[in-house]
Amino acid sequence: MSTETLDTPIVAATPVVAEPPPPRPEPLSDRMILEFERPVVELERKLDELRALSSETVDFSNEIRRLEQKARKLQKEVFADLTPQQKVQLSRHPGRPYMLDYARLLCEDWFELHGDRSFRDDPAIVGAMARFDEWEVLVLGHQKGRNTKENLHRNFGMARPEGYRKATRLMRMAARFGRPILCFIDTPGAYPGLGAEERGQAEAIAKALQVMASLDVPIISVVIGEGGSGGALALGVADRVLMLEYSIYSVISPEGCASILWRAPSKVPEAAAQLKLTAQDLVGLKVCDEIIPEAPGGAHRDLAVTAAKVRMAIKRHLRELSALPPAELVERRYQKFRAIGAFIDTAT
Amino acid sequence: MAWWSRTGGLQTESKKSVPKGIWAKCERCSTTIYDGDLDTNLRVCKSCGHHFRMPTDGRIEMIIDPGVWQEHDTTLESADPLGFRVDGKRYSDSIKSAAKKVGPGDAYRAGTSAIGGIPVEVGFFVFEFMGGSMGSVVGEKIARQFERALASRRPAIVFSASGGARMQEGVLSLMQMAKTSAARSRLREAHVPYISVLLHPTTGGVAASIAMLGDIIIAEPDALIGFAGPRVIEQTIRQQLPPGFQRSEFLLEHGMVDMVVPRGDLRATLERSLRWFAGAPGESGHAAAGSNGVGTDPAPGANGTGHA
Repeated sequence: MSTETLDTPIVAATPVVAEPPPPRPEPLSDRMILEFERPVVELERKLDELRALSSETVDFSNEIRRLEQKARKLQKEVFADLTPQQKVQLSRHPGRPYMLDYARLLCEDWFELHGDRSFRDDPAIVGAMARFDEWEVLVLGHQKGRNTKENLHRNFGMARPEGYRKATRLMRMAARFGRPILCFIDTPGAYPGLGAEERGQAEAIAKALQVMASLDVPIISVVIGEGGSGGALALGVADRVLMLEYSIYSVISPEGCASILWRAPSKVPEAAAQLKLTAQDLVGLKVCDEIIPEAPGGAHRDLAVTAAKVRMAIKRHLRELSALPPAELVERRYQKFRAIGAFIDTAT
Repeated sequence: MAWWSRTGGLQTESKKSVPKGIWAKCERCSTTIYDGDLDTNLRVCKSCGHHFRMPTDGRIEMIIDPGVWQEHDTTLESADPLGFRVDGKRYSDSIKSAAKKVGPGDAYRAGTSAIGGIPVEVGFFVFEFMGGSMGSVVGEKIARQFERALASRRPAIVFSASGGARMQEGVLSLMQMAKTSAARSRLREAHVPYISVLLHPTTGGVAASIAMLGDIIIAEPDALIGFAGPRVIEQTIRQQLPPGFQRSEFLLEHGMVDMVVPRGDLRATLERSLRWFAGAPGESGHAAAGSNGVGTDPAPGANGTGHA
């Protein structure tokens, strides 16, 4: 696998001054529709047919309006009552926007940086200098692939030690020059492979946690899809942890948990419910500071709308954090994580 | 992650305190050993050097100066923040039965003590307690231990033996990795030494946080140390792992630990290291432990299988 062939239009040393807006996402192919999305999608297809049939002589506009309303209502009903497992599915939706999709819309003057300076570059984590609104920032994030070829390159967003070491290197650099750090979290987890272990996967993650805790610049992490365990946390020791409405963050995947604790793959939905891994759960546990609403039907139904909400949230938090003295930032970040946990002191 | 914590369910095996007078069989060389002899030899096989797992009580006794032990935070107990249950069995009941068998204090014991007369803040993962898994109590105890070390400028030592994060506390257990690493970060910036000792096994979220963040890292022979459990890796790469993979000696060879030290030499090695740290001026700041940053700088002067 060559690290030189990047499959995205965003390439090092190619300053992208103004990214053109991305084309409307292609309509979801059949295999990319989740079971609970199907009724809505089918209704929408009928609508499209009707619109195509409409002409000056035949007027379906009343019918179309009625169906549009019905589709909206149906979507609202389905999404009002999603199970944790359905949210897990949405967080991994094959059409879900990935880190670079957001970066294209949110950032300008993007320069991608590469390599951990000791072994190689890991395309599962992308790092870049960029401008976000009024700030020069460092952007980091896990990047999944959209197809088999991309996924071979990105390793499904599962980073190896060199990915975390690249992230750590870049974060320290950003802090040296007073640049805020934006992290996008979207990974099934750190890669459990032979070489990854040989090169110190555990140490690479541990070092990232330690370094993030010590940096005196604002750090904002946004979970945009899957927040898988230590591999996610390695970009998550932040002043603000924001989560998209249908993203998840967990110590272990529901699949892993079901196989270890229940020893039964059929218990995955049960494990997903027990683990309390949805954004809504994590607000209650004080792990998530704010939920960013997604477009109706999920981020994949309208990237632009979702990205605009992400932009607003980041802007607001960055403005707040930028006003704090650096030492205060570090202290507050420490106290934030210091306070997470639930235990009983029987002496009191 | 948390692969080993499944042993939490079946605690019978890890209780190594077999009644005296019973013969133990070495797992490696199959020699039959009188259990009393095994105890006097720190639970190391005399014929092949295989290290049996050591109960935490014995471990503490073996490491610290006799009688110098002021234990902290013994009244902390796990809550059940998620109301977690597996097939009707509550997490809170698992906690209770573990405490009944192993004792209170969850899977970590920390105290103010001394080694070779040098005061230390030392803590021990209790593998017997749900596979030494790190939940909120363990994370809190480690954070408090590091904060005591920071306030008193005593070196901190952690003996890790853990399957990783405690799944039953969900994302809160994951966050203990951040909490403990952040507390460790403060020690580093204040130039207070932290020694990490890795015992069998140290995996998952504990390996990927405080265990691998020592100023120096010492491992007992043949301990399993790694991020992912061997079975997970085998499932991923669909082939058998080479012998010795993820064992202490393998980590030494790959530059991940400073020394592999047999149990009998562990105390002396710690004492020697502590003297080295104590000899450096702690207050002036500049001469002590390394650079200002917190980077991937290699540990200095590691030279392999260390005898103190």
